Amino acid sequence: MASVVKSSPTTKKRETAESMAARQKEIAVSEFFAKNRHLLGFDNPRKALLTTVKEAVDNSLDACEEAGILPNVTVIIEDLQPDRPATAKQSRYRVTVIDNGPGIVRKQVENVFGRLLFGSKFHRLKMSRGQQGIGISAAGMYGLITTGKPMVIHTRPNAKKPAHHIELAMNTKTNRAEVTVDEETEDFPPRRFKTINTGTRDPGFLNPEDYITGTSVSIELVGRYQKGRGSVDEFLELTAIANPHARITFVPPSRVSADEDEDGPLGDAQKDATPAQALTQEAAHTPAPGAEAPNDIDPTITTIEKDGVIFFPRGTDQLPPETREIQPHPKGIEFGILLQMLKDYEAHNKTGTLYNFLQERFSRVSSSKAAEFCRGIGVHTRTKCSDITPQQAEKLFKLFEEAKLPNPPTDCLAPIGIRQLQAGLLKGVKAEFYAAETREPAVYRGRPFLVEAAIAYGGELPADQPARVIRFANRVPLLFQQSACSSFKACTETSWRNYNLSQPRGSLPVGPLVIMIHLASVWVPFTSESKEAIADYDEIRKEMKLALMVCGRKLGTYLRKRQKMKREAARRDVFERYIGEIAKAINAINGTDAVKLYDALLAEARKRTAIADAELDEEGRMVKKDEHEDLKDDESVVLVESRAAHLQEAAGDTSAEPEAPSNGDLVKLSSRSRKPKRKAKRDRDVE
Amino acid sequence: MAKKKSTTATADRVNKRIRSRDKETLTKIVKLADHVATSAFKGRDINIAIPTRTRSNTIWNRKRGILQMGDAKATRELFNLNQAKQFMQTMLHSNSIKELIEAEKTLSLRGMFYKGLHTIQGTRDEKTFTSQDESDAILEDLEVSLGALREELHVYAKKRGTMVGNITIIDSGDEIDCRRMGSGGYAVPSITEPDVIQFKKCEADFVLHVEKDTVWGRFNEDRFWEKHNCILTEGSGQPPRGVRRLLRRLNEELGLPIYCLLDCDPWGHYIYSVIKQGSISLAFESERLAIPDAKFIGIRAKDYEECKLSDDVQIALSDTDRKRANEILNYPWFRDNKAWKKEINHMLSNGFKMEVESLITKDISYVTEEYVPTRLKKKDWLD
Repeated sequence: MASVVKSSPTTKKRETAESMAARQKEIAVSEFFAKNRHLLGFDNPRKALLTTVKEAVDNSLDACEEAGILPNVTVIIEDLQPDRPATAKQSRYRVTVIDNGPGIVRKQVENVFGRLLFGSKFHRLKMSRGQQGIGISAAGMYGLITTGKPMVIHTRPNAKKPAHHIELAMNTKTNRAEVTVDEETEDFPPRRFKTINTGTRDPGFLNPEDYITGTSVSIELVGRYQKGRGSVDEFLELTAIANPHARITFVPPSRVSADEDEDGPLGDAQKDATPAQALTQEAAHTPAPGAEAPNDIDPTITTIEKDGVIFFPRGTDQLPPETREIQPHPKGIEFGILLQMLKDYEAHNKTGTLYNFLQERFSRVSSSKAAEFCRGIGVHTRTKCSDITPQQAEKLFKLFEEAKLPNPPTDCLAPIGIRQLQAGLLKGVKAEFYAAETREPAVYRGRPFLVEAAIAYGGELPADQPARVIRFANRVPLLFQQSACSSFKACTETSWRNYNLSQPRGSLPVGPLVIMIHLASVWVPFTSESKEAIADYDEIRKEMKLALMVCGRKLGTYLRKRQKMKREAARRDVFERYIGEIAKAINAINGTDAVKLYDALLAEARKRTAIADAELDEEGRMVKKDEHEDLKDDESVVLVESRAAHLQEAAGDTSAEPEAPSNGDLVKLSSRSRKPKRKAKRDRDVE
Repeated sequence: MAKKKSTTATADRVNKRIRSRDKETLTKIVKLADHVATSAFKGRDINIAIPTRTRSNTIWNRKRGILQMGDAKATRELFNLNQAKQFMQTMLHSNSIKELIEAEKTLSLRGMFYKGLHTIQGTRDEKTFTSQDESDAILEDLEVSLGALREELHVYAKKRGTMVGNITIIDSGDEIDCRRMGSGGYAVPSITEPDVIQFKKCEADFVLHVEKDTVWGRFNEDRFWEKHNCILTEGSGQPPRGVRRLLRRLNEELGLPIYCLLDCDPWGHYIYSVIKQGSISLAFESERLAIPDAKFIGIRAKDYEECKLSDDVQIALSDTDRKRANEILNYPWFRDNKAWKKEINHMLSNGFKMEVESLITKDISYVTEEYVPTRLKKKDWLD
């Protein structure tokens, strides 16, 4: 990637190899990406704004977690042209992201922010959000290209020393930063931001005690701020779901850009806008006090929007478990890489033996395995790496493929966890049924990965639209290129019909369903540098499908049970509905006491449906101790009964005014309480 | 004066008979209600038995030449999801009928639908009946399960059918001379039982029954009934119970032969079959509706050649027509009749059907002046 050779187009005068050679030169990676900025997610003003926020937030969260700090991240978007005409499709914004991470030492600032492909994360195998070292520098570059303004960085790596204030602009020709301002300052976090609006004047906002160390990055750029699908709002909302340990504060710009249809990285953005909107709006609901919630999760924690500041509170004080960096697994490398690794090892340690190399530079190669490999290619355990011939290396590579090795270690992966996934969904999606599943780690190309899935069903979700898929990779929400993503394929390939959902052939299931998929890996295989979709590896897709199937089965159980309850309720209801009429008619014909007759008939109806209740279900088990009870005991499932409104309606109480749903009461499904409650009402009807 | 007196006396006598019949019906309804109440108090299954009105429960009485209803009964249960509503509707209509009898009034089928119609108590908007069809079916159920005729339930259908001819009748005390009915004819009421209609004076030799009023109009305009001294009736397609009962009485009480002039298609054939043997759905009424010696004088499949009709009158048989024709061929009362088998097969091999009106292509009055008189003279009919 570092050097791209350009061939010149044919001109009238024939070229010679020499004349062509004169124009052949190395291209700086920054130049390449400046021209191809869509590869990095800067295709249009709207996406550019989002990508800038995303890259900065990813970096902040990564930095905090590595340093073991609970992240406080503040995102501020200032509209620099608030008086622009309403028809303006874009505007100038200043995006500032402030974190309480460890800060950046002075001499690395230029490299981190002013060079593409410079970073700590590329050469290692460790689960992190950033991977390549492109993101934030590219955002700065985009800002520079569109506004000519340099990046402004405040960073305080040491709480006892002043912060650095640096302004730098990248020279795209050389892929190096040019510093314009470099001074020390006590102004961290920058006090300027306290005066944006009423909300920011609050003492809790950017409280210096929360930002003892940290970094603040400001980038001026041309962009467009809009709500809805693929917006900054959605990104932060989803980030909050996947990172319950982070506290995120967002100051949106004062104006939202006018709606434009043609700006569509998502062809169906307009159509899909509703659920996304619902997500942001409904996030602010407040559950009733005293509601029972799953352990460790405080359901009262919700998004708060006040005085122009949106606040995503911290859901847990536990940082995700620290992840280890791992060595590559022998099964996950290619031959060329093996040669390169040998060379690197040689350079690093002139006298290093193959035996040691195998143990040090690979995971899951024990001393006996290493000895076995050495014997296999016919060398001694004391043979130096430098003495290995290419033929021997090739043989070694073959042995790698055939060898029986344990899977790579998995402590390098930190799942979000079932509880946290549910907490996130409960907060953001108003459904009645939630199920989550964390799979055991698996391996693709020698790299460990882990899939988590969660689904939310019913409640207030739109019933006649395809399911909404929320995708995460290493806790970063993926907002674009859904259909190119492995997770999307996993969703469409899962047979949702088995779980009582309708699903058009080869597409997403249709119904009130939200599907959430998280892929955690030491190296997430994205389809492009803009990190929008996960490449379609069979191993990954298989794990995703398995996770979805586990959730789907639970949903299927719930839906089957619900259908059954509906059926039985309908049955009883049918009888009860007509009994009153019958009693009255018979009373009119032969003078039988209507009330007595009604009671006799009602008792009989109850008896009959009670027998039906105890009958065997479709799978031949007794309904009494049923699957539903199993669901109650399943901690990966949360049911919110009050939102299962259609169930109550189906229970047929057509006469009753619908019960006002007590808001958000989380119930681990309290038995079948709704059945026998209608008697009193019925009795009144028959005089 | 004397005449009037006698009619009143007849009416009184008739009323008396009605009252005794009504009493019977009332007893039956109360018994039904008692049965339901007792079952409920004793915790028995709550159901009512309703004879089934299907092809499988229809018996072909070869000796008498009529269709009769078998003994098969279906139970209508309250505690059965598919029957609960019908059960309730049956009870509602039983009550309505009781009220009608007590008030000495009658209602049309449509009227009964409205009589029973209300929102079920305790529901937002569920109605007791969603359509008149539901109500009609329940009334037929009640007829068979109570063993009472529709008129005994004080319910009547919309009237249909026309009569004209050399006969004087008394309808509800009014004397009607069917020779002087103008171009419209006498509208046959839906109830033509002896207590409603009495025959006063009849000179006619036979009855000609035609399928629809257009054909009837042709015959009436040509004064066919005058020239041939007969009675001319029409049933607007499948004749309603009133017309069938009237025909039966003309045949039975006055000894008049009945001749039918119907289309040459499966529906025409079935109309004839209904007049002659009774219908499947009203098999329980065959006893008083069927006319085993009714004759079918046309249109015949052979008429296309015999009358030298033009190609234009052919109406191709549709798949439904063929299916229906084969169904009719398989009814026992057709299967055993060689002439009819031949007739239907002839029509099928022709591949087309013909309406009575097709004869108009020969001449406007061909059917009244030529076709029917010839057939009658030659006794060329199907039996």
